Amino acid sequence: MGRLWWDAMPQEPIVLATFVVVALGGAALVAALTYFKLWGYLWKEWFTSVDHKKIGIMYMILGLIMFLRGFADAVMMRIQQSIAFNGNEGYLNAHHYDQIFTAHGVIMIFFVAMPFVTGLMNYIVPLQIGARDVSFPFLNNFSFWMTTAGAVLVMASLFIGEFAQTGWLAYPPLSNLAYSPWVGVDYYIWALQIAGVGTLLSGVNLIATIVKMRAPGMTMMRMPIFTWTALCTNILIVAAFPVLTAVMTMLTVDRYLGFNFFTNDFGGSPMMYVNLIWIWGHPEVYILILPLFGVFSEVTATFSGKRLFGYSSMVYATLVITILSYLVWLHHFFTMGSGASVNSFFGITTMVISIPTGAKLFNWLFTMYRGRIRFDLPMMWTVAFMLTFTIGGMTGVLLAVPPADFVLHNSLFLIAHFHNVIIGGVLFGIFAAINFWWPKAFGFRLNEFWGKVSFWLWVPGFWFAFMPLYILGLMGVTRRMRVFDDPSIQIFFIIAAFGALMIAGGIGAMLVQFAVSIWKREELKDETGDPWNGRTLEWSTSSPPPEYNFAFTPIVHDIDAWEDMKRCGVERPTTGYRPIHMPKGTGTGLILAGLSTVLGFAMIWYIWWLAAVSFLGVIGYAIFHTFNYKRDYHIPVETVEATEAARTRQLAAAGA
Amino acid sequence: MTATAIKTELSQPQLQAAFYDLNEHDHPEGGSTMLGFWMYLMSDCLIFAMLFAAYGVLGGSFAAGPGPKDLFELPLVAVNTAMLLFSSITYGFAMLAMEKDKKGATQLWLLVTAVFGASFLAIELYEFANLIHEGATPMRSGFLTAFFSLVGTHGLHVTFGLVWLFTLVVQIGKKGLIPANKRRLMCLSLFWHFLDVIWIGVFTFVYLMGML
Repeated sequence: MGRLWWDAMPQEPIVLATFVVVALGGAALVAALTYFKLWGYLWKEWFTSVDHKKIGIMYMILGLIMFLRGFADAVMMRIQQSIAFNGNEGYLNAHHYDQIFTAHGVIMIFFVAMPFVTGLMNYIVPLQIGARDVSFPFLNNFSFWMTTAGAVLVMASLFIGEFAQTGWLAYPPLSNLAYSPWVGVDYYIWALQIAGVGTLLSGVNLIATIVKMRAPGMTMMRMPIFTWTALCTNILIVAAFPVLTAVMTMLTVDRYLGFNFFTNDFGGSPMMYVNLIWIWGHPEVYILILPLFGVFSEVTATFSGKRLFGYSSMVYATLVITILSYLVWLHHFFTMGSGASVNSFFGITTMVISIPTGAKLFNWLFTMYRGRIRFDLPMMWTVAFMLTFTIGGMTGVLLAVPPADFVLHNSLFLIAHFHNVIIGGVLFGIFAAINFWWPKAFGFRLNEFWGKVSFWLWVPGFWFAFMPLYILGLMGVTRRMRVFDDPSIQIFFIIAAFGALMIAGGIGAMLVQFAVSIWKREELKDETGDPWNGRTLEWSTSSPPPEYNFAFTPIVHDIDAWEDMKRCGVERPTTGYRPIHMPKGTGTGLILAGLSTVLGFAMIWYIWWLAAVSFLGVIGYAIFHTFNYKRDYHIPVETVEATEAARTRQLAAAGA
Repeated sequence: MTATAIKTELSQPQLQAAFYDLNEHDHPEGGSTMLGFWMYLMSDCLIFAMLFAAYGVLGGSFAAGPGPKDLFELPLVAVNTAMLLFSSITYGFAMLAMEKDKKGATQLWLLVTAVFGASFLAIELYEFANLIHEGATPMRSGFLTAFFSLVGTHGLHVTFGLVWLFTLVVQIGKKGLIPANKRRLMCLSLFWHFLDVIWIGVFTFVYLMGML
């Protein structure tokens, strides 16, 4: 069994209690699914589905579950830091605390923000470009399950063994075998490697989809702005994630085979790791934010009732950010000592990024200018984003000044800065997107009251949680501290913990919002498919869209294709349907990802025979899958006719 | 045609024809495959770029161990390079046979390619075994770590290519040169030639410049 033995089971009371709760909850869930005979339904309609819409929804659910885990870590840190003063050690020992801040970062970036962003792109992009699915539907399913496999490994580390205690980027030499001898870093490596395969393939998939599958008439400069940002993000994914794969492999051979890439002795270079990981890491933050810039653009135009101001400048700004994101990585370690010239170069490129970003902000403001603004929830989140993100951007420009960075490096000021842009940008954008597209995905709107409760707890809660960190950072408090000596700064940590409590309320209110909306879905029903008077093609089909998205592929004459169709008064054709050619579902993605999970687990615990068996299993099953040539089918014309007739009746009843 | 012009001039059926593809046919399968595979190759290229970069950084870190001039045998590497280049030519012959829909010839050239590919791997393994026998293991120094990783990763790619090649030989045998199999042959062709290009980088950057 390698190094897996009973001592890997939870020892600390906190983890043990969590384990019991999770085990009971999991057992209850399994029992409920079995009792209601839902396994067959889930397997057939969801797990093996290659429908981009269902895969998109599964990504969002994965992101939501992992978000709760990541937030639990955040709250634990906030509580620890608000009480560990005056000789009080707090309630977390160092070994546990170090795992928590590492897991929080890893989970929030890889298993919350990434699934949310990928899920959104998966769901929206094919609908926006008038396509029936993505270019490689099977790969899409496989990508989702590989991402999930990574998440499963991270969750397993909570109860079996330990997670890394290195910080979210696992810098060597700390992450080398000599200083992290047990399984923590190995969990980190294999979770990221396996999830990374999924991310890379979904990047390839979405680029091919956008390049090859746009509706007739949709030239590049007629693509919806969200699709543009999705294209740039996926280009960044394909150009950045191989770097992560390579770096993780180098760390793996250092740890497993005693190679010398990043060792202190025998000519290795830990500084090379820091460079390489940030060559992936900086594009990564733009991978996260760009699609949300797209969301804000769609929301602003829709809820201002106007065409987006400066569409082409928005496109070019996105492209400039895409390119510049590769030229700034060194600003994460000005203090490494690359010299004044190198630091100046990277300081300047970093500051230059604020120019296209600023152009975007002005475009949104000018879109709102003299528009008929409706302050529905998506628009509220967008306005909150503009205010919050601008502050975060300005502190970022401040950090880009190398001399200032020498003072602020690794301080809580930095922590406040990147939470300011990631929460204020990525997360608020996700919330705007969920409120905006939920009716499209499920056919009913989200409850407004609980959405507003969530909003008003989240936004001030964010400021309560992170303003104190800015102040503490300016005073020189560094990140990742477990106990403090100076009692005068305790009050700031108490305020920050209060902010975290408000955010917890905001998250709770959001969950209530989902529950109430599902409960009262008949009252919130959207019959038209176009509840917000939308402008792009996803609003031209029913909510939720049929499996084939569009009975007839739309032809595009304008950037805002659906708005154009409404303005011209085109009626939806109701005869002359044809059978529709669609890809068939398959369980291969789930099986391959399951085998990969076993492979990762076996490698983490040095169970070599199991690793060999599961590796051969992956290869063998993948080859076996290539012998299956029948991967498509036709939706019969009768089915299309019946679906569309129901839609006609629905529209007539809605009076549209 | 501007939107307003459409609105004023066209009747509803004409409008529908302008805004919906009413006579759509099935799209041929695999239209995105080559583009997708190119993108995968470029991402793979980045992995090699990282390994080359690591070699560039660590290539001089001998840690008082042996350097390139002590270790490399250029004649052996030249033979090895020739094997890989020949395999690329014979893969080209396989593709020509495929274009002429000659099933047997395609399979035959693929197998010849496999022989050259396997010879390349055998010589590489012989070289590695010699180095390790002399004590020049990847654990010895940063330089040897980077060397074994770069060359070994290329070798692993060739191994994977061979597994894929044999799978295709079987699939052509079962299904013939159907469009799906032709597409797969084109992808493997790209992959195989790509590995050739990478090897030329390795040969130049690691072996030739190492002996300067």
